[in-house]
Amino acid sequence: MRVTLNGRTCELDEGASVRAAVVAAGAGDAERGVAVALDGTIVPRSAWDVTTVAAEARIEVLRATAGG
Amino acid sequence: MDDAPLVIGGVELRSRLLLGSGGFTRLDRFEAALAASGAEIVTVALRRVEQAPNGLYEAIERGGARVLPNTAGCYGARDAVQTARLAREAFETDWVKLEVIGDRRTLLPDAVELVRAAEELVADGFVVLPYTTDDPVLARRLEDVGCAAVMPLGSPIGSGLGIRNPHAIALVREAVSVPVVLDAGIGTASDAALAMELGCDAVLAATAISRARQPETMARALRLAVEAGRAAAVAGRIPRLHHAQASTDDAGLPDLSTAP
Repeated sequence: MRVTLNGRTCELDEGASVRAAVVAAGAGDAERGVAVALDGTIVPRSAWDVTTVAAEARIEVLRATAGG
Repeated sequence: MDDAPLVIGGVELRSRLLLGSGGFTRLDRFEAALAASGAEIVTVALRRVEQAPNGLYEAIERGGARVLPNTAGCYGARDAVQTARLAREAFETDWVKLEVIGDRRTLLPDAVELVRAAEELVADGFVVLPYTTDDPVLARRLEDVGCAAVMPLGSPIGSGLGIRNPHAIALVREAVSVPVVLDAGIGTASDAALAMELGCDAVLAATAISRARQPETMARALRLAVEAGRAAAVAGRIPRLHHAQASTDDAGLPDLSTAP
């Protein structure tokens, strides 16, 4: 299925979890300091495995970057 | 020196220099600068994962500092609030350096949206440190809605223009009882010393350090300047006079005339 991951169109398996999207985005599976928004809603880390991503979803996977 | 520690949001800090990680492109340089700065608080931004882990978060923890996420790049209260909540999730901290920008060219804060976002985040349990203008009235508004500190700018972000309106910064210090952290505009050590002499409780510097020819050395310079400025503020400067005031007493001056 097609989703928008960090602003780019990307293919994920049907029923993929948020964790799968995190890994697809390039974050380490156990990497700390990562946050996810699914269609604008924050998904806490504790829910990454149990939250599934729907087709056409917009996923933002974020981490700490040098700033301000 | 007889001085009370700085307390922000219930946390006691020994260092009065906060380090911004903005502008650092090499992790080793950042780590060296962090060590030299003595900073216990380091700001970070939250951005899309685009490559392999950069190690910044871990480097801050290794350096014994606390992560202060910012909301840089947010142009409205809604975006800033959502970014703060994402940062809380990512970094397990309810501290946030709240930036709500109103203009791309000057990166000056949007006062109306800033107060709105601050109010919402405080209600949501955040320890809010707002980046604000050097306006004492706005500073008081931010304190009124529950901000843990106020962070007035000395001059625009990254400009290195120093403190353009020292009088306003002194007025901000008088206007609020929460800590005042001079944020933005620091170009070199004397700017940081001036901020502290004006009564600021701390200074935040990023670009001044990260873009210096020798970031580690500048980090040390700013640490010393902040310490010097703080000591001077505690000691109390002498009043400015229009004329000289002899520091040596005239009493006991000998008569050296050669006339009989």
